[in-house]
Amino acid sequence: MTVAKDKISIEGLTGDAAIAHALKQCDLDVLAAYPITPQTIIVEDFQKFAADGEVQTAVIPVESEHSAMSACVGASATGARVATASASAGLALMWEILYCAASMRMPIVFTVANRALSAPINIHNDHSDGMGMRDSGFVQLYCQSSQEAYDTTIMAFKIAEDHDILLPVMVGIDGFILSHNVERVEMLPTDVVTDFLGIREPVQPLHPDKPITMGPLALTDYYFEFKEQQDRAIQEVPKIYKKVEKEFEKLTGRSYGMIEEYKTDDAEIIILAMSTMGGTAKAVADVLREKGEKVGVIRLKMFRPFPVEEICKAIGDAKAVMIFEKAMSFGAVTHPLAMEIRSALYEAENRPMVLDFVVGLGGRDVPPTTFVEGYEKTKKYLEKGEAPLYETLGVRK
Amino acid sequence: MALDFAKGITEFRWHGRGGQGVVTSNQMLGKAALAEGNYIQAFPEFGPERTGAPVRAFLRISKDPIQIYAQVYNPDVVVCIDPTLLEVVNPVEGLKEEGTLVLNTTLSPDDVRKKYDFKTGRVVAVDATSIALDILGRPFYNMPTMAAAVHAVGTVKIDTAIEAVLERYPGKIGELNKAAMEKAVKEAQVG
Repeated sequence: MTVAKDKISIEGLTGDAAIAHALKQCDLDVLAAYPITPQTIIVEDFQKFAADGEVQTAVIPVESEHSAMSACVGASATGARVATASASAGLALMWEILYCAASMRMPIVFTVANRALSAPINIHNDHSDGMGMRDSGFVQLYCQSSQEAYDTTIMAFKIAEDHDILLPVMVGIDGFILSHNVERVEMLPTDVVTDFLGIREPVQPLHPDKPITMGPLALTDYYFEFKEQQDRAIQEVPKIYKKVEKEFEKLTGRSYGMIEEYKTDDAEIIILAMSTMGGTAKAVADVLREKGEKVGVIRLKMFRPFPVEEICKAIGDAKAVMIFEKAMSFGAVTHPLAMEIRSALYEAENRPMVLDFVVGLGGRDVPPTTFVEGYEKTKKYLEKGEAPLYETLGVRK
Repeated sequence: MALDFAKGITEFRWHGRGGQGVVTSNQMLGKAALAEGNYIQAFPEFGPERTGAPVRAFLRISKDPIQIYAQVYNPDVVVCIDPTLLEVVNPVEGLKEEGTLVLNTTLSPDDVRKKYDFKTGRVVAVDATSIALDILGRPFYNMPTMAAAVHAVGTVKIDTAIEAVLERYPGKIGELNKAAMEKAVKEAQVG
């Protein structure tokens, strides 16, 4: 049953604060983190909750992000519920341990305020950090709003800790654009979150009375089997994600899907984007629809595992898919998101034209007019019957 | 005619300098709008905050969930809390024709119109600096300027805005700000 309205508290929260409030309600055992802009508010707020005795969490102020993720792996191995937060260079410094967390099957929730990578130093948003950890084995969920960041952080634990999954989950929000944007957030009563999540039931925890070894050496004999199992586990995520979201929807009336489809049914041209750009794209589609243009939007929430079937179904027989993405894979055929879409569509009966627009690197604003510019180009490319593999928009050339 | 991507949304752009509370007053107004049942987005122009440097902040208020995530390019309302900025920034840039320009200034609305060649919409002029110095004893002119904007625009009730400020600053500071805001509402010239 949906939680009664008078039990819901409504507050104005930034994306970071929304995540911190969610973490506060998730009965964390350990949070190990190192502050980095624009994730800082998450850790600051949580430290305050800990200092004020509002949570019973052991907060470990580590000396680096490499140590933050290491501490999380260690704590998670004992069966604890664990979270951390980072961005950009901090995330890059964790890189080695990201792979350990996933391969050792530690259900850590990793909240990220997505930010550009150096050099030059830039504190603003793009998705280079998230794409950099693409192959680490983390589940990746990208959120549009503060509400979604709150909801997703809570759901992430239930997905990660499910015994069919046991994988770490990244919850991404756009640095500054959402992390520092005050929005309306409906928060559940803590006891409802507690009941929803339950207590983590570790399969095989570290315990002094029952010593075991985790993540040791596996050479040509068994390494490959670890990877085989890891691959099987991440393929289970859609099933569990849907189950968890259904349960969450019963409580809140809110669900997001692995992808959000917006006016795609009869769309001839579909805009595909993640995070806050997915929101702007919907506003753009509304305006273009009023002018008679058949435009739809797919907002991709789950990047890993990649929801191939859902994407192909949503694209249907559209003539073109225009991808707006905030990362570059230098020297690749196209950039990360478009590569996925192209691969996904390879087996499709009606393969649409795929346009890859790289935008917004280093926090360059992506206003609705940039989408319209891409749309006009796409129409021209459709007429011509050919298009470049990718192009950049909103940059001095 | 430019396309309107923000239908049903009231959009604000604020100008101030780092340290003057432009981000705070933007958030206070946002929280007041939230308290009245609206959806909001309140965000600063992102960057390392530097005291004294020009800072912008943006606010969106809507009855429905807001989908657009970008800076505000064609605001309904521009609020400039620092009179010295008026020589540096052009406050009417992008302002909608029927928009409202709210300035902390000793100029009259007519003089403001002439200065910026702004012939349409509305101009709200308030000497928030004098009000702040008079009541708070220090140049904290963000809240009285905000009050003049709230009063003129009408999207949010002035009482709700005052409540949001009192909640953020309980005690004497809140009460003094309340007095300054009330005085600004009385003294603001609309023309």
